[in-house]
Amino acid sequence: MVPLSHYLALSVILFVLGAAGFILRRNIISVFMCIELMLNAVNVAFMAFSRFLGSLDGQLFVFFVIVVAAAEAAVGLAIIIAVNRNRESLNIDDLDSMKM
Amino acid sequence: MAILFYICAAVTVLAALNVILQRTPVYSALSLIVVLCALAVVYLLLGAEFMAVIQVIVYAGAIMVLFVFVIMLLNAGRETPSQRSRLALWLGVPLVAAFLAEVLVAVWKQFPASGGPAPAPLDGSPQAIGHLLFQNYVLPFEVTSILILVAVLGAVVLAKKEF
Amino acid sequence: MGTFSDTEFLLLVAGVKVAVVLVVLLTSIAYLTWLERKVVAHIQARWGPYLVGPHGLLQPVADGMKFILKEDILPLEADRVIYWLAPFLGFVLAFLSISVIPFGGGFNFHGHRIMFQIADLNVGLLFVFAVTSLGVYSIALAGWSSNSKYPLFGALRSSAQMISYELSLGLAVVGVLMIAGTLSLRGIVDAQGGFWHVAGVNSWLPHWNIFVQPVGFFVYFTAAVAETNRVPFDLPEGETELVGGFHTEYSSMKFAMFFISEYANMVTVSCLATLLFFGGWHGPLFGPAPLRMLLPIFWFCLKVFCFLFFYIWMRGTLPRFRYDQLMSLGWKFLLPLGLLNILVTSFVIAWRAGG
Repeated sequence: MVPLSHYLALSVILFVLGAAGFILRRNIISVFMCIELMLNAVNVAFMAFSRFLGSLDGQLFVFFVIVVAAAEAAVGLAIIIAVNRNRESLNIDDLDSMKM
Repeated sequence: MAILFYICAAVTVLAALNVILQRTPVYSALSLIVVLCALAVVYLLLGAEFMAVIQVIVYAGAIMVLFVFVIMLLNAGRETPSQRSRLALWLGVPLVAAFLAEVLVAVWKQFPASGGPAPAPLDGSPQAIGHLLFQNYVLPFEVTSILILVAVLGAVVLAKKEF
Repeated sequence: MGTFSDTEFLLLVAGVKVAVVLVVLLTSIAYLTWLERKVVAHIQARWGPYLVGPHGLLQPVADGMKFILKEDILPLEADRVIYWLAPFLGFVLAFLSISVIPFGGGFNFHGHRIMFQIADLNVGLLFVFAVTSLGVYSIALAGWSSNSKYPLFGALRSSAQMISYELSLGLAVVGVLMIAGTLSLRGIVDAQGGFWHVAGVNSWLPHWNIFVQPVGFFVYFTAAVAETNRVPFDLPEGETELVGGFHTEYSSMKFAMFFISEYANMVTVSCLATLLFFGGWHGPLFGPAPLRMLLPIFWFCLKVFCFLFFYIWMRGTLPRFRYDQLMSLGWKFLLPLGLLNILVTSFVIAWRAGG
């Protein structure tokens, strides 16, 4: 039987990797993919707790997280397409027109 | 059974590392798909068969298809390395590793590996989830359907060429 | 079986089943190509393969040898890893979905019950849909990695078509699921045994879902033909439109893999159609006990063969849809029809349960 802390360790490692990628990557689509990685890390934690506390609500929460991630991905990618059309660049260093 | 979890966890972590380290967005996307499928196996091992298949159908089979489409349409090539100071790299990676170690130790202390008996198997069948979804959580379910409608409308409007 | 432990015995049985299914499937795909060429040829008033072996029966062998011996081309600007990965991915996924298809009942062997199915998942139907969803990647990546105009267009069109018709495919089977009450494929077939009772009288009509879900079957089969990129929905690989579509730049074994995975998908879809709507392996049983054990498999294969013949018949007869017609059919006709089917089915079930 795999103990709970191992599942949570997996969740933490995925989350930190996602956060590191979010800060380090320059391509806007890669940044978005690191956000999805972080969401998945949270999903793993929910599933593990759902099993270990014996309540199915955790799995339902994962269901809603997946659905919201789908909606967010659709809108986010549409924004990226619109930005690319205006700036001709996918590098987030070029999207600094609001800087002082 | 437990060995399968460790194999899948190792695959997940390696693929996640690949997601953040690859220069080409397409390879990152493919590695993310590997992460999602490996996590689906982890969910299956937790007894949540419905959520595992939903993860593959929705996340790996629809959301990531959207990502891959956009990458192909925008012809996102190799990422140019940014002008970042070497100091940030030499200081940043050890700090992140230290942060990770600290959180892992905190988690380990909070949930000791030997504490308590093994939990009872959870019924993750579609029938059980369906019961819960349509009885206790019917309001969030309907609200998410409106959310998806709004997202579809927003995506269509944002990505149109001209009005 | 005193020398084997339980786990080892089950693993051995699973291994044998996988080997048998693989061999049978590969052979039937090879001879499906022969059948297709023969049937299309006869529809077009010509002979088809005739010279290689009696009535061209060794043509698949000759084709296989050709594919192995042909030069394997790698375009200069192609993305190597993905160019290599795409056909293998398609091949693996096409065979993965066969693993949850039940071919017949089962038999008892030294106290163990052995089913004619590799794995009986209780979310078996969703597993097939999951594998189908992942199949979109194989085509999209193949077209993109070839780094050339025609494959890219073919791949994008094909992926858009596949994900549009996936929705209708899923909705079409919800009616069947409501009737059967389970997602397990074996459970859905078991719910179709016996005959219909009409007003308390036992009739001769088998209890198949096609008689209560005709609209569902129509939506399912149309969406399935579109999913497998077959005529009349084969614009993404139409020769007159896009040279070869997404597999233009592929040659020899990789091209053969796309070919094989397309036929394997056809076989899977036909198997699902018989399981969901035509009673699976239920058919007249007669004779001694070993024959009774093998007859369900025969009925199943016969029904699947009818569907495959229908596929090939459509190829020889129907013209191709234009792309905008194809997309509007998927979104504006099949999707509302599938939703209407679910609505009517649920009303009828609730009315019969309440009254």
